[in-house]
Amino acid sequence: MPITLFIMCIAVLVAYAASLPGTLLLLRGVSLLSDAISHAVLLGIAVMFLIVQSLTSVWLFIGATVAGLATVVLTEAVVQSQRLRYDAAIGIIFPVFFSVGILLISLYARNVHLDIDMVVLGEIAFAPFYRFTLFGYDLGPFALWSGGIMSIINTAFVVLLFKELKVTLFDPNFAHVIRLRPRLLYYLLMTITSITAVGSFEIVGSIVVVALMITPAATAYLLVDTFGSLLIGSSCISMLSAVIGYGAARIADVSIAGAIASVTGVIFICVLLCAPRKGLVARFWNTYMARKQLSHKLIYAYLRDCPQCTATKQAIATALQWNTRFVESVIADGVHSDALSVSNGRVTLRR
Amino acid sequence: MIEQYIPVLLTIGGTGLLGLTASLLGVFAIVREQSLLGDAISHAALPGIALTFMLTQSADPFVLLIGGAIVGVIGAIFARVVVRYTPLRHDALLGIVLSVFFGFGLVLLTVIQKQAVADQAILGKFLFGNAATLLTYDVAVLSGIAICICSIVLLLWKECKMLAFDPQFAHSCGYRVLTLDALVTVLTVCTIVIGLYLVGVLLMSSLLIAPAAAARQWTSRLETMAIIAAGIGLVASILGTTISSFGPQVPTGPVIVIVMSICVGVSLLFAPHRGIVWSMKRTRKTTQ
Repeated sequence: MPITLFIMCIAVLVAYAASLPGTLLLLRGVSLLSDAISHAVLLGIAVMFLIVQSLTSVWLFIGATVAGLATVVLTEAVVQSQRLRYDAAIGIIFPVFFSVGILLISLYARNVHLDIDMVVLGEIAFAPFYRFTLFGYDLGPFALWSGGIMSIINTAFVVLLFKELKVTLFDPNFAHVIRLRPRLLYYLLMTITSITAVGSFEIVGSIVVVALMITPAATAYLLVDTFGSLLIGSSCISMLSAVIGYGAARIADVSIAGAIASVTGVIFICVLLCAPRKGLVARFWNTYMARKQLSHKLIYAYLRDCPQCTATKQAIATALQWNTRFVESVIADGVHSDALSVSNGRVTLRR
Repeated sequence: MIEQYIPVLLTIGGTGLLGLTASLLGVFAIVREQSLLGDAISHAALPGIALTFMLTQSADPFVLLIGGAIVGVIGAIFARVVVRYTPLRHDALLGIVLSVFFGFGLVLLTVIQKQAVADQAILGKFLFGNAATLLTYDVAVLSGIAICICSIVLLLWKECKMLAFDPQFAHSCGYRVLTLDALVTVLTVCTIVIGLYLVGVLLMSSLLIAPAAAARQWTSRLETMAIIAAGIGLVASILGTTISSFGPQVPTGPVIVIVMSICVGVSLLFAPHRGIVWSMKRTRKTTQ
């Protein structure tokens, strides 16, 4: 299998894995926790690295996941105490984790290959060269395995707990009443978000993973209305962005992760404009049509009350407080649909 | 004798001014529930900086920051407009602006790297901050901008206060709420963008809101809150810079953030009336 195909597979797997928890976060209204978690994992990695002195240990992975969870727990605790609002709590707590992480790395791990660029930016192009070896056999790129495992875990989480998640996300109080343990489910969601962030950051970087989590979910939210189709839609959009982004990055020879994030943004903008019901064009068109219909009804109602159902344009403009250009355009529409007739400046209702 | 302290003094002056200005605007960010604006805008400014560099090839940080500020304002306005017309929440839109703009910035950075132009090292400074190597010129421009921002906020204090607490009332009094809103957003973005140059993309959100969040615990009056926040911002920045200047490998930005966060923690726990420790004590007394 050529290297390029490997890279594309890794990108698609990461995109798929990230889109599922991202959708759940969006529905829960805590999208930016993905940003907080993906930054906070740095502290876990730094601390674990200082303890085990290795960059390939599974402890790094565990430490990073715990750090991600700790951010969420601490944020929730501050919000629960009602001293700070949710956004402020997020905005203050994850930078602390991140700062301590940077500080530890720059104080104690300067000469090791653990630089902050790697965590923040990631480098998918090198991913195929870190091989996964077991008992001396080369089993392919490590990132392919971690991406695959993440995808399986996230799919299993969503499929097995589909009904529980649905109830909890749309009606937490009801979920609590029927003893679904919404808090437990919430922290499970945060755990898989952490795992996904940890598994993805060295591939696409801690900020592009946020793009893969939030943007496809928001795009799908503008297109569909049911929980299941939202999950499927956002994962499809996410994988599509990964493929297009990778192709574009190959052609233009630019950052792959950056290109994937940009493509998610481009798809979002297209959908934002053109989505059938929730898109901006559809919305403005509907508003425009409603306004037009209302103005027709107003002009007919006004003319019906006039003697012989006729009035001058000037009288209509004064009575309805419209400007003359608007009156002209409404009358033109009325004449066009045979409801009004105009002769020497007087408008007459024909019915 | 004094020459050897000039770099440290410049850094202290620069970060102190930034801390003061950022915390003054952070007060409004906290009150208006826009705490995460700092996080989003600081990331969103990256493509603006990269684009300006590609267009002008300038090595002057403040020229690049103008580009960053323009793109940052576009990002902020995008989130505000889209949230009005779609069912999406503001935080999701901020997340989209943050990550997609940053991703696009990464694309532009790789384009610049290929061009192999001189002076591109300056771009790296925006990711992780540059407080330790400030020049006299930097601090001079910085203080000019900071004084402008602070004096606009102080001159329009009454209007800003109305906007923060009761925009409808401000509108009914005949103030131009939209213009005022845009002005406060632009000032916030300008502050964030200067902060990029000093402490980097990743820590700016904390610098903006942490002092205000701490000050909120001590008082319920906007004026007192602003004074306390500005004090915390100034002192924490100076303290953080001083601590980081003791070791050659201690980065400035993270230390400032940690000092500010300790202030927040202490305020949350021990502030009179609102402190968590006191309220726990009260609860215990009533249950006994």
